[in-house]
Amino acid sequence: MSELAWIDAALTGARPQAMGALLRYFRDLDTAEEAFQEACLRAVRTWPQNGPPRDPTAWLVFVGRNAGVDAARRRSRQTELPPEELLSDLDDVEAPMVERLDGANYRDDVLRLLFICCHPDLPATQQIALALRIVSGLSVKQIARAFLVGDSAMEQRITRAKAKVGAAGTPFEAPGPEERAQRLAAVAAMLYLVFNEGYSAASAEPDRAALCDEAIRLGRLLLRLFPTEPEVMGLTALMLLQHSRAGARFAEDGSVVLLEEQDRSRWNDGMIAEGLALIDKAMRHRRPGPYQIQAAIAALHARAERPEETDWAEIDQLYAALERLAPSPVVTLNRAVAVSKTRGPAEALAMIEPLETRLSGYFHFHGLRGALLTQLGRAGEARAAFGQAIGLANTAAEAAHIRMHLDRLAADSVGR
Amino acid sequence: MLYALLCYNSEEVVCGWSQEEDDAVMAKLGVVHDRLAKAGKLGPSLRLMPTTAATTLVKDSDPPLVIDGPYAETKEQLLGFYVIDCEDLEEALGVARDLAKANPGGAYEIRPVRLFLPGVGAGSE
Repeated sequence: MSELAWIDAALTGARPQAMGALLRYFRDLDTAEEAFQEACLRAVRTWPQNGPPRDPTAWLVFVGRNAGVDAARRRSRQTELPPEELLSDLDDVEAPMVERLDGANYRDDVLRLLFICCHPDLPATQQIALALRIVSGLSVKQIARAFLVGDSAMEQRITRAKAKVGAAGTPFEAPGPEERAQRLAAVAAMLYLVFNEGYSAASAEPDRAALCDEAIRLGRLLLRLFPTEPEVMGLTALMLLQHSRAGARFAEDGSVVLLEEQDRSRWNDGMIAEGLALIDKAMRHRRPGPYQIQAAIAALHARAERPEETDWAEIDQLYAALERLAPSPVVTLNRAVAVSKTRGPAEALAMIEPLETRLSGYFHFHGLRGALLTQLGRAGEARAAFGQAIGLANTAAEAAHIRMHLDRLAADSVGR
Repeated sequence: MLYALLCYNSEEVVCGWSQEEDDAVMAKLGVVHDRLAKAGKLGPSLRLMPTTAATTLVKDSDPPLVIDGPYAETKEQLLGFYVIDCEDLEEALGVARDLAKANPGGAYEIRPVRLFLPGVGAGSE
């Protein structure tokens, strides 16, 4: 790895903690970002000569803090009298800084930085874009590419999101245990959104897949800060296990390869092993949660060397637990897949029919219904279900998959 | 003399590498590994999962306490180690320098080995 690449990796790694500390200090997102930018510029200038500092994060916070204060001083000189309280802060900058960095502040700094991206007024896409910009430090161009929108549209989206966050005010006091737990839950959900934005890509797009890597990186970061939270272990495990299949999820022509048809030798063993280790750790706490259960389901798929070795009965049980913990029609729909394997398509169909009103606009509902009806030999109804599914397909790949089912049905009826 | 080469680096940085970057570093290290192996100097070596996967058994209480995470919270983390067979410290430092060229950043701690159990069974599958 070249020197610049190494510095770049160090800056990226230090960013969440350094930005979090600068945000606490300046209490303003733009000022903190400018200060961090300036610190990075100086790092690129000085690190190659002087060598990287022993603690890059502390270095960036220290330099960023000075740069930010300098900038504020210059601005105030251009306008009016220097605000005394700002200047008086300069004296105490150096000594306590490094010490303070090691303290518990760190944890809440990073959590706060992540948490402000989860503002409930922000739609999911803006939460993701904001987190990628301010926490991960991706450029607007990179984010725009991942979302398949123009640079200026993404710039506007991020500016609007920042304005909303700024207007809402950021909670700077250290959170109590309950507040911290709520923030952690919101942040976990946001990280999973980032992950899914990458995971739901319709084909093997490297820009989108990079979002999965980024979400995993942030998951590990969160876990380092909160090492005893089983749900953070579960979330990180879930993302690792799902992403382990990235190399097998798309065919050469870009079409989706279903789990059962994937070449399992192309799954990433390292990610699977790490995911399994994290679930193993999480289970010891005996505090199950939705991420842990979903990770356990993903683990059962990962453990099966061939599709027919999949422990569907256990998966059925886990979905049942998930239904109790976090009931949703989509969970029941997923459970029905397991039920169709263990108890047959008729029972699975009976399970999903009551969901029709709530899932009538959901592609996968009609897709699964069509597949179950096909298995039951009810070709006419199956065709109708697949027809509805195709109208709701979100991507060309989804539509192509349904068309394949319809073609098979047509071939079967001709053959009969 | 056997030496353990303990590999320390910032986990945040190393885990942040893209697959391509990781592959590139491993390929460069592989050249050094091969050379050591051919010279009969390379013992068991391993790369550890991130410290987030670690669990620690603290023995100073009875019963010992199980805690999540690594034993020591450090700026750089123990990410793996080599066992190498070298004449003296100078040679071991030479190996460390070669490895450092292939994978800059962080540090190698060179610790002479007192007891070596090569082990049987584990990892053979």
